[in-house]
Amino acid sequence: MEIYWLLGIPLSGGIFMALWGFRRNAPEINALFSLLTLAVAALLTARIVEEGPMTVGNGWFFIDSFNVFLVTLTAFVAFTTALFSRPYMRIEEEHGRLSTARLRLYHSSYQIFIGMMILALTTNNMGILWVSMEGATLATVLLVSLYRTPASLEAAWKYFILCGVGIALALFGTILLYFAAEKVLGSGGTALLWTQLNGVKTQLEPTVLQLAFVFLLVGYGTKVGLVPLHSWLPDAHAEGPTPVSAVLSGLLLNVALYAVMRSKVLVDGALGNDMAGNLMMGFGLLSVVVAAFLINRQTDVKRMFAYSSIEHMGLVTFAFGMGGTVASFAGLLHMTMHSLTKSAIFFTVGHATQKAGTQLMSDIRGLIKTNPTIGWGLMLGTIAILGVPPFGVFASEFLIITTAMHEHPWATPFLLIALGVAFASIFGKVQPMVFGETGLPRLPHMPALTPVFVHLGLVLMLGLFIPPYLAAWYRQAAQLLGG
Amino acid sequence: MVTGILLQIVQTLIAILLAPLLMGWVNQCRAWLQGRTAPPLTQPYRTLRKLFHKDAVIAGNASPLFRFAPYVIFSCMVLAAGLVPTIANDLPFSPAADVIALVGILALARVFLALAAMDIGTSFGTLGARREMLVSFLAEPALLMVFFTASLISQSTELPHIVETLAQKEFAIYPSLAFAAVAFWMISVAENARIPVDNPTTHLELTMIHEAMVLEYSARHLALIEWAVALKLFTYSVLGIALFLPWGIAPRGDVAALPLALAAMVAKLAAGGAALSFMETISAKVRLFRAPEFLGTAFLLAVLGMLTHFLLEV
Amino acid sequence: MALNYHLQIVNLLAALLLLISFAMLSQRRVAGLVTLFAWQGAALALSTAIVAWSTGQHHLYYSAALTLGLKVIAMPWYFYRLIRKLNVNRVVEPMINIPTTMLIGIVLVIFAFNLALPISQMSGTVMRSTLGIALACVLLALLMMITRTKAIPQVIGFLAMENGLFFAATSATYGMPLVVELGVALDVLVGVFVLGIFIFQIRETFDSLDLKHMEKLKEK
Repeated sequence: MEIYWLLGIPLSGGIFMALWGFRRNAPEINALFSLLTLAVAALLTARIVEEGPMTVGNGWFFIDSFNVFLVTLTAFVAFTTALFSRPYMRIEEEHGRLSTARLRLYHSSYQIFIGMMILALTTNNMGILWVSMEGATLATVLLVSLYRTPASLEAAWKYFILCGVGIALALFGTILLYFAAEKVLGSGGTALLWTQLNGVKTQLEPTVLQLAFVFLLVGYGTKVGLVPLHSWLPDAHAEGPTPVSAVLSGLLLNVALYAVMRSKVLVDGALGNDMAGNLMMGFGLLSVVVAAFLINRQTDVKRMFAYSSIEHMGLVTFAFGMGGTVASFAGLLHMTMHSLTKSAIFFTVGHATQKAGTQLMSDIRGLIKTNPTIGWGLMLGTIAILGVPPFGVFASEFLIITTAMHEHPWATPFLLIALGVAFASIFGKVQPMVFGETGLPRLPHMPALTPVFVHLGLVLMLGLFIPPYLAAWYRQAAQLLGG
Repeated sequence: MVTGILLQIVQTLIAILLAPLLMGWVNQCRAWLQGRTAPPLTQPYRTLRKLFHKDAVIAGNASPLFRFAPYVIFSCMVLAAGLVPTIANDLPFSPAADVIALVGILALARVFLALAAMDIGTSFGTLGARREMLVSFLAEPALLMVFFTASLISQSTELPHIVETLAQKEFAIYPSLAFAAVAFWMISVAENARIPVDNPTTHLELTMIHEAMVLEYSARHLALIEWAVALKLFTYSVLGIALFLPWGIAPRGDVAALPLALAAMVAKLAAGGAALSFMETISAKVRLFRAPEFLGTAFLLAVLGMLTHFLLEV
Repeated sequence: MALNYHLQIVNLLAALLLLISFAMLSQRRVAGLVTLFAWQGAALALSTAIVAWSTGQHHLYYSAALTLGLKVIAMPWYFYRLIRKLNVNRVVEPMINIPTTMLIGIVLVIFAFNLALPISQMSGTVMRSTLGIALACVLLALLMMITRTKAIPQVIGFLAMENGLFFAATSATYGMPLVVELGVALDVLVGVFVLGIFIFQIRETFDSLDLKHMEKLKEK
């Protein structure tokens, strides 16, 4: 039953905001909708942990430990982002960068975007999964171009066209999947249900599934931001409003990877070899290395962290590609850590750029003096994302690399070099932003950065100690993926 | 056997005699479409007669090649016209050459025309020959591709077989032939020096191709060439009919079907000529350097036709 | 070749789809592109309807009607209006010259045919051999998107790609389940709507629809 609420709340929120989003208290209502979604997600999680996987609504929805984990993460980050965007967007409005009408569009699209992601995560139908992924793209296109500057329009156009092409290829993959499934399950609606497919996956035609997976990986991989299909990602992150960057980076990429993983489980079953895993490892490794070296050349702070997102998603893809329970566990953990940390970083960066009036790193200096909260938030977030212990990113990266050493020793030097380069570049650029000399006076008011410290606190906690029930939950999901 | 030989002779004679009429018909249709007063249908015959009665003037530095080229060209065209099933299929002369040889015969005529054009040494002749070669070097492979598509369907490069497969067996839609037909139309337009590749009615030095080559000819030589041009149009027309609309051509030895075949042929040619003049009226001549694009498209269509054959019809 | 006549007609329409895809590649005018797109939609709807009739798959009638309504009537009408309003119907040279594009197109077609061959041999539908054509249409549309620098041709390329995918679904499996197809149609509709808004925004900001102006966000 929770599932209907889970979908209904954000979607009705979208409609509500479209109708009444011009009201003064719209940001609060937006946060309220997100809070309700989070509450329902928590209820659902409790139920899944207790009762195990279940299908709801005539098999239309399927929830297991893997996707309920992502649903919770999505609902949580969506809620904290809504909290963050409340004061942030107000200030943007006061600065005259956005009008009330645009804010209405923003709030409405935001809720629809969250709803679409939850639909993508919970649906059992591979076709609906495609539809909702495309829906999520469409909901965010107008968000990326919210400022209507030439650069933001260009970024949004690129985002739309590239992801459109990508997702069209994924549709072809889905058609092929249905084609293979139809032979075993017969035509009609049930042949695209994941649970049904999973039951007969060993009977599916291997040649067709092989081709289908290539299309699905390339298609959804465009949305994950895998190199060489990544070029939309830095633009969209840099030019959209900061809350949008935070949810794109922290959530949409995960959901796209989730779609790839659901397909991988089927393909692995049908092929009985490592083809899918090897492809994912290749794309993942390429993304890590290329993104790490591109980070060094960035001058725009949001672009730099966007490239960092590509790097981390590459790492997660690599981990999932290796397969096996340990690697999948590490991948899931890293996914969580990255979502929490990266959205926290975007929150602080948002405030920093808002105060400085520019996104150029060379023009942002001495945050620790002008505003210690932002300064510390950015520094801690950067340290966390770079994998410095005791933060949780360290734990997951450590797990991934040791597994890689064990199973694919050839890949380890690439990973280590890439992580080292990323560390040096990001730290070298953030350090003067936080501690550099500045002539600007201290800002009088406190920024609202509670979500940042909540996120970072969680990351720190998970780095030191994973509660047993959480660990058990991750392990369940990892077993599902790793087989 | 005797009937066959007789039929062959009759068919070839029909081609030779009707060719100027087809030319006249196209010119007449075009004049109507353009709102001009049409010349009489028999105008080409009158021109030919006039030319034959004149004394030939030949340039002083012309070699013997220049003199006998018109005869070669004319005989090539007669040969080609004799090979294509016009009213009766599978005549005794047909096995002499298949479609590939047919392309070769047409090429032979073209080579002689180009050589004769360059023989005098005027700049226009050389210019025309060069342009003609440019067009034909693009058109010929495309034409071969069209023939290959038809041959793949009937498993033979012999024209009688192709016609038999398409006209006298169970009816089937061949998507590949649709591509080939469009390609063939474009090639014919280019090869017969019609709009949009060439304009048969002007002597504008910037654009002319065919007319530039025959500028130095006069009297009976010119008459032969003009007749050969008419025959070429006729040959291409009946070739197109044989490949894409072969219904009505009399099967082997069926003498009773001949009157009907003749009527069908005349009707199809009339319709084809009208269509040609219509297309010429609505389209504009393209720049010479766009001609490769036009023929490239034809080639592409022919290749596509072949590909679709492999995909859809095997 | 013992196919029924209606299936032969479907094959012919498939060939027509491919032909239109090539025509789109070579079309220099935006309005001409829209007309070709409408024709492609019409061929698609007709072939879907014939398949529906000959195989008794009734849900395909809905798909055909959807295609007819959206892609033959609504979207072309919208695009024509857009072109008139924005006054952008000029001759546009693509980035790569047209004969080269065509040659690349041929290579793509051969590639698509080869890729689809093993799959279509496995398929149980009567029109399985058209899968290669569908894939070729998808790739040609992709090529068109790559070689065009204007906003509207890119969108039409995107929609033509969707046409190809739709045809692939019909030819390989008699179409996706209806729910999915409705969802896809909804997405495409919303997508075109969003793009319409978007094109106006671009026009307002750049005073042109030439995406060549969009070169700010390049990697330095």
